[in-house]
Amino acid sequence: MAYDQFTILRSTAVPMPIENVDTDQIIPARFLKATERKGFGDNLFRDWRYESDNTPKKDFVLNNPIYSGKILVGGKNFGSGSSREHAAWAIYDYGFRCVVSSFFADIFKNNSLNVGILPVTVSPEFLDKIFTAIEADPKTELVVDLPAQTITIAATGESESFDINSYKKHNLMNGYDDIDYLQAMKEEIKQFAEKSIY
Amino acid sequence: MSIKPATLFDKVWDSHVVRKIEDGPDVLFIDRHFIHEVTSPVAFLGMESRGLKVMFPEKTFATADHNTPTINQHLPVADPLSANQLKALETNTGKYGISHWGLGNPKNGIVHVVGPENGITLPGMTIVCGDSHTSTHGAFGAIAFGIGTSEVEMVLSSQCIMQPKPKKMRISVNGKLGKGILPKDVVLYIISQLTAAGATGYFVEFAGEAFENMSMEGRMTVCNMSIEMGARGGMIAPDETTFNYIKGREKAPKGEAWDKALAYWKTLKTDEGATFDKEYVFNASDIEPMITYGTNPGMGIGITKSIPTAEAAGGSKSSYEKSLQYMGFHEAEPMLGKKVDYVFIGSCTNGRIEDFRAFASIVKGRKKADHVTAWIVPGSHIVEQQIREEGILDILTEAGFQLRQPGCSACLAMNDDKVPAGKYAVSTSNRNFEGRQGPGSRTLLASPLVAAAAAVTGVVTDPRELIA
Repeated sequence: MAYDQFTILRSTAVPMPIENVDTDQIIPARFLKATERKGFGDNLFRDWRYESDNTPKKDFVLNNPIYSGKILVGGKNFGSGSSREHAAWAIYDYGFRCVVSSFFADIFKNNSLNVGILPVTVSPEFLDKIFTAIEADPKTELVVDLPAQTITIAATGESESFDINSYKKHNLMNGYDDIDYLQAMKEEIKQFAEKSIY
Repeated sequence: MSIKPATLFDKVWDSHVVRKIEDGPDVLFIDRHFIHEVTSPVAFLGMESRGLKVMFPEKTFATADHNTPTINQHLPVADPLSANQLKALETNTGKYGISHWGLGNPKNGIVHVVGPENGITLPGMTIVCGDSHTSTHGAFGAIAFGIGTSEVEMVLSSQCIMQPKPKKMRISVNGKLGKGILPKDVVLYIISQLTAAGATGYFVEFAGEAFENMSMEGRMTVCNMSIEMGARGGMIAPDETTFNYIKGREKAPKGEAWDKALAYWKTLKTDEGATFDKEYVFNASDIEPMITYGTNPGMGIGITKSIPTAEAAGGSKSSYEKSLQYMGFHEAEPMLGKKVDYVFIGSCTNGRIEDFRAFASIVKGRKKADHVTAWIVPGSHIVEQQIREEGILDILTEAGFQLRQPGCSACLAMNDDKVPAGKYAVSTSNRNFEGRQGPGSRTLLASPLVAAAAAVTGVVTDPRELIA
């Protein structure tokens, strides 16, 4: 599925300073019953966001109107657990384009890149700075510059660089995905398959 | 000419790289692809919107498991959304000529149970599935890991995925396990030592006497939970135990093909002198029956221990307190004696025959505690059949338990097997995340022996006290 190209994103951010946010919290299993990819944003963080009678929980950050933006900032080990890509779909569908944390679970990170969300890994110190800045001023803007591979707190100019391999960077900046790439090398794959013993 | 010593992981990975992309991932060829009803429909839709076809339908195997009821499977599935997903799997596999063991098929069961028991999983393979517990198949010396739906689409349409090569970790457990200590305890112990993110970025090889002495089913339990320490997967070098398990299974190689495969499989071990990016060594004698007290699988302790203080647990204090608050537990409390409302034995972690044998060994001659609701869910119809044939069903029935039909069930509670809010479940599954077994449910992960002890006493109990 095609996604929006990603170059430079300047946005306010939603802070979620909780460690080990797992994909069951991002999208509980009972919302995985669709056969199409749509509407997952409505159930993003469902059980943290709503009471069992569907009234919004006032103390949850997504229900607090002072926080908004296209960037989600999470605690250490974000996206652990299940491989459900629905977690990344829910985050994208809700309107986030970038998730920042000091540490991501592997499968979630892959899934994010495959659906057009940029996972930005920062140092624990810089993560603290971001949380502190947003706490002091919810209107704090972050600038995520993919071509330059930097993330900056706009007001103070404090900045850190982040890693991404050049293949994935190129894909995100152009809206390409791995399926396009693999289709272009089918002959090579076919020859490889002929040697397989399985 | 000398050859550089290589790890088991390197040998399998490197032999599957179709192309290396500079400053990018490897293009990895996939030998076996398992699919199920929940993470595949959007992949088929994506393929269709691009006008693509399945490249090697004979390398993909489908089973329905995540969303299936565990009673009255002969009746139409009541939940229309679940029924729709099951129908989509049937339609999609039929259209592309993919093998499909749907609901009611005698081979049906949990994907990570049926793959090995039918000889589809073999040493040296690359195996993927849109499910993080695909790591289970690593028990055979395969590289097996969970993928997302975009990657399911990649494998269907090109038999490849694109992955950066993970770093390598070896976890050794030396010595012999004590009485009443099961493979589940070993892996829960390791995760408690490494934390739930301790192996993120790594692929793990499990080595040492404890694993060498383990059955294939035990090794599957251990590799299954590799993901719960953050690892993409875990693997164990194939040996005689592995070969004996595979030989004669329906889809295993036969005759000359078997001899050829066996000769190759015997080369699949880490060479002396090969190096790992990280190594851990543990002693089997330090491991006691384990139980979790928090909301990630790293929050586990020996069953006779008390819940650690936030300080001793390390990490963020507020996250730790949030977790204990969810569980309704407090720092420094003992786990023994805590009331249990539900017991679940089953899942891709502990849904095989040895797990039910262990469960029955404690239940035999005792009665289910009155206030406990127990869900006994075999991993497949083949396991269900074994339970009947071995007389385990009689033991269970005598003790007041009912046997259900195969599926993922209360492990992720997509079907009706949901633990109510606030209730405590001792579960042989793999995740104790908030709400994992139903909104508000509280999960204590443990072995089949600990589950059985809780089921008959109604409280958290050290199973060693009930073992004859």
